[in-house]
Formats: sequence, structure tokens, C-alpha cells
Amino acid sequence: MATPVVMPVTAAPAQKSWWKANQRRLAPWIFLAPGVFMFLVYVIIPIFESMWISFYDWDGIGEATWIGWGNYVELFDDEAFYTSLKNNVIWLVLYMLAVPAGLLIAIFLNQNVVGIRLYKSLFFFPFVISQVVVGLIFAWFYAPNFGLLTQILAWLGMGDIAILADERFVTYGIIAAGLWPQIAYCMILYLTGLNNVSPDQIEAARLDGARSWRMLWHVIIPQLRPATFIAVVVTVIGALRSFDLVSIMTDGGPYGSSRVLSFYMYEQALSEYGFRMGYGAAIAVILFLIMMIFITGFIWKMVSDERGGR
Amino acid sequence: MFPKPIEQASPGLRLGYNIALPIALILWLLPLIGVMMTSIKPSSDLAAGNYFGLPSSIALVENYSAVFENSPIGQYILNSFKVTIPTVIGTVALSCLTGFALAVYGFRANLLVFFMFVAGNFVPFQILMVPVRDLTLNMGLYDTTLGLILFHIAFQTGFCTLFMRNFIKALPHELIESARVEGVSELKIFWHIVLPLMRPAIAALAVLVFTFIWNDYFWATVLVQGSHALPVTAGLYSLNGQWVAAWHLISAGSIVAALPPVIMFFLMQRHFIAGLTLGATKG
Repeated sequence: MATPVVMPVTAAPAQKSWWKANQRRLAPWIFLAPGVFMFLVYVIIPIFESMWISFYDWDGIGEATWIGWGNYVELFDDEAFYTSLKNNVIWLVLYMLAVPAGLLIAIFLNQNVVGIRLYKSLFFFPFVISQVVVGLIFAWFYAPNFGLLTQILAWLGMGDIAILADERFVTYGIIAAGLWPQIAYCMILYLTGLNNVSPDQIEAARLDGARSWRMLWHVIIPQLRPATFIAVVVTVIGALRSFDLVSIMTDGGPYGSSRVLSFYMYEQALSEYGFRMGYGAAIAVILFLIMMIFITGFIWKMVSDERGGR
Repeated sequence: MFPKPIEQASPGLRLGYNIALPIALILWLLPLIGVMMTSIKPSSDLAAGNYFGLPSSIALVENYSAVFENSPIGQYILNSFKVTIPTVIGTVALSCLTGFALAVYGFRANLLVFFMFVAGNFVPFQILMVPVRDLTLNMGLYDTTLGLILFHIAFQTGFCTLFMRNFIKALPHELIESARVEGVSELKIFWHIVLPLMRPAIAALAVLVFTFIWNDYFWATVLVQGSHALPVTAGLYSLNGQWVAAWHLISAGSIVAALPPVIMFFLMQRHFIAGLTLGATKG
């Protein structure tokens, strides 16, 4: 431990004792001030500002006009909004596959053979790469005529499918690209979880004759609950935040069929089609409310852990 | 240990496992391997339709130097560092303070402030987009790296506070109590007692935040326009538009852009994973 530095006493004794008497009460707020200030200015206040802006017709530069629920009324009649919403639901449902898939790979890799650490790192690799690069890699993988997937499909005797140009497949193609890093993330969570499963309980269950599947279901998975909770949280958030891949791989196309709410919002507010800040904000508010359902659930669980745990 | 250690299995199963491992890995990384191969192919290979096979000659140097010569990717990478490094320093500094405050002091608003950070960390970026862009414009920081840095510091502080607070909570509280009995001031407790013990947490957060910020694409497109400040993720997107179907260049560019966080990950692997899996073991 470093030796304490003795600071010269310059303050008047009366002031010093006031500080001494109150420092336990004041210290937390002094430590919190810079972080809380930044967070309020850049995160908390903008949430409410966006809600406010969503009631205006505003191009971002000129005067904003109050139109009440106008943006929301328009939204509920907007075909593109429903396409985005539907795609968000598909994202959410299919993204959940990352959780069991991550568990499966983690179980596969949870061994002690030579070089297993390198294998684990390489399996985790996709998570470290930027989504922009993942998007480009999969765009190349899916490319019609020469892409690796097309070659494999041709080899299997199936026709040429341009995944990213086909309205029927495009969203699924992008989700598959997103699952790649997401599975890696869930895998690493479960590998850590498996490392901490109590060996005594496994031995006891083995003596009771529990075999692989029953063992997994009744002994292992209950002990992996903390890992599962985090995996579900990050996967839900990841699914609803999906923006990068849509922007990189298709730009929302073909004909807007791969849009999700986050992308549609950006398109309305900041693209060459016009700067409709109010309308964009209204889309963002809807996305926020959807996210809030999940956030409330997560926080609920964390608060009850916090109260019960300590 | 679950599943049963493979050393205890039959020799046949053991052999099977040792064969399955590399095959699974190759399948898992197939798209990446394909892109790596493409990045070292001469353009004539692509023109001749050799997209998939081995390269006819290795054009590693040609392709990678072409990427640096024909595009501002060097500038983009420099910009990414200019955004990422100050963000890491700023975020770690702020969250050491907030994490300490929330872990050590039991004041009434403690949980409320804590969950403000946690909840804010989960919101969709789009609900922040219009006001944050506006704020940055009004401060005259639009299209500068500083504008991007300030936002990133503020937002990442949410996640980092959660991390630091839980880390400090797990430290032995007696250390702090006994220092207080001896009359050590709160500031000195933070600086001389708690901060030195936080080194592993600081290392873990530094690598994580580095990776998150390096890979950020959304805010780079919202807050920056010109190539003087554009980070490499957003830069790569615009290059993709210019290099239509020049897949050997796109691949080489992608690999260059992905390299810094990958190197970081392999150098600091233990810290990286410790950061990501925070809370995955207790709950």
C-alpha cells in the first residue's frame, strides 16, 4: 500500500471541521457528480426530449410545429412501419436461438484436451469483430453466382438463390449473420457458467444414475440460471438494437422489406428522403416502449436479487 | 465437470472428439476463412471466376497496399484510435468514481441512481439520436471526434458503473472501515486503498470499452460526416459503395478494420472474458 500523502492544511479550522463532520454524507455526491451529469445530459434527458419532439413536425433546422398525436396517427397507417415491426418480432424470436445454440457449443467445448483454450478463443472470434465487418463477410458469403453459400447450394443441387435480394429470405439472411456473433457471446457466458457448476452435485447425480440428458435438464441447467439470465438479456437487447447489419447488408431493401424499427427511424430522420425528426422520434418512442417492457422485467429481477442477496 | 471428461470415454469416442473439433471450427469460421482467402487473391482470379478455390498466386502485399494507397483507410484507422482511446480513459475514470460511490456509501437514493445507470444502458440508441445530434450541433462539435467521444463516454459510463460497483462491493469492507477509524479522509480511502485494488476491473473494462467503441457504427454515422473524423467502421461502409464488387479490396479492408480489437482480444483475453461474463456465475 502506498504511504498516505500528508497534505498541508490551508483551510480554516472551522471549515475543516464542518467538512470532517459532513464528508461521509457529501462524499458520494462528489464522486457521483461528473458521471451522473454526463449520463443525464446525454442519456436520460434526451429520452424525454425525444418523446417531446415526437409531437412536433420538424425538419431539424426550421421552426417546429406542434401536431399533437399527428405523427402517431400517421404511423398506425404506415405500411412500412408494420413491415419494420413484423421484422423486429422475427428478429426477437429467431435471435433467441443464440441462447440454446451457445449452450450447445459450450458443452461441446467444455473439455480438457490439448489446445482447447485456443479452440475456445477461435469460437469466440466472431464476437470481437465489428458488425460492419460481419455484415460484409456475410454479404460476400451470400453473394449470388459466386458466393460460398450459392456454391454449396448448387453443389447440393438447389437453384441459385440471391438471399439478400429476395424479399422472402432477406430478413432471415441478416438474422443468420447476426446470430453468428451472438451465439459466440452466449457460448462464452455458458463456458464460464459450466466452469462454476458444483462438481459434488454432478457426482451425486451420477451416483443416482442420472445420465446425460436428464443430468443436463435437472442438474446443470438450474445451476446455469445466472448465465442464462444474462444471455437472455443481451440477446433481447441485441435483437432490438439490430441496425448495423441491416444498414450494411441491404440498406433496408429490397423495397424496404428488411427494415427494422431502428433502421426505419434513422431513414426517416436522417436520410436523403428528408429530415422528418418528429416522425422519426415517434418511431423511436414506440421502439423504446417495446424495449421498456423487457427493461422493466430485467430491473425487477435485479432489484429483487439485490434486496434478497445482501 | 459436465459433460463427462472425454479422457474417461472409450478410445473411439476420444478419437471422434479430436476429429470433430477442427471440423467444427472450420465450419464455424467458414465465412471468415473465405474472406481471408479472398483478401490475398489477385484481382485476375476473381475476374476468371476463381472465387472459391485456392489463390493462383498470393497477392497479399498488392491488395493490402492497394487498400492503403487508394483509400483514406489509414486516416479512418487513425480517427478510430482518436475516438477510442480518450473514450476508454474517460469512461474508466468516471465509472471508478461512480462505482465507488454506489458501492461504499449507503445513502437513500443509492439504488435509484444505480438503476438509472443500468436502465439507461439498455435503451435503444434511436431514442437518443435526434436530441444528441442536436446537442452536438449546438455545441459546435458535429463532425468532430470530440463530439463522438463525449457521447461515448456518457453512454458507456452506464455499463461501466454497473461493473465497477459490483466489483468494489465484492472487496472486503473492513479495509475501508479500519481506515475510517484511523481518520483517513474519504478521498484518500478512494485513492490509496480502493483504487489500487481495482486494477483487474480497470483492465477488463478498458479492453471491453475499446472493443465496443472501435466497433461502433451507428453513432459514427449520426455524429460524423467527413473523412477527417470518420472512424473505420463507417469509413468501410462508404468504401464498400466505391469498390463495387472489388471483393479482394473489400475483404482486405475488412480485415484491416477488424484487426485492432482482435489483437487486443488475444493480448488481454483473460480480462476481456472476465469483463463480459461478469455476473454469469453468481446471481
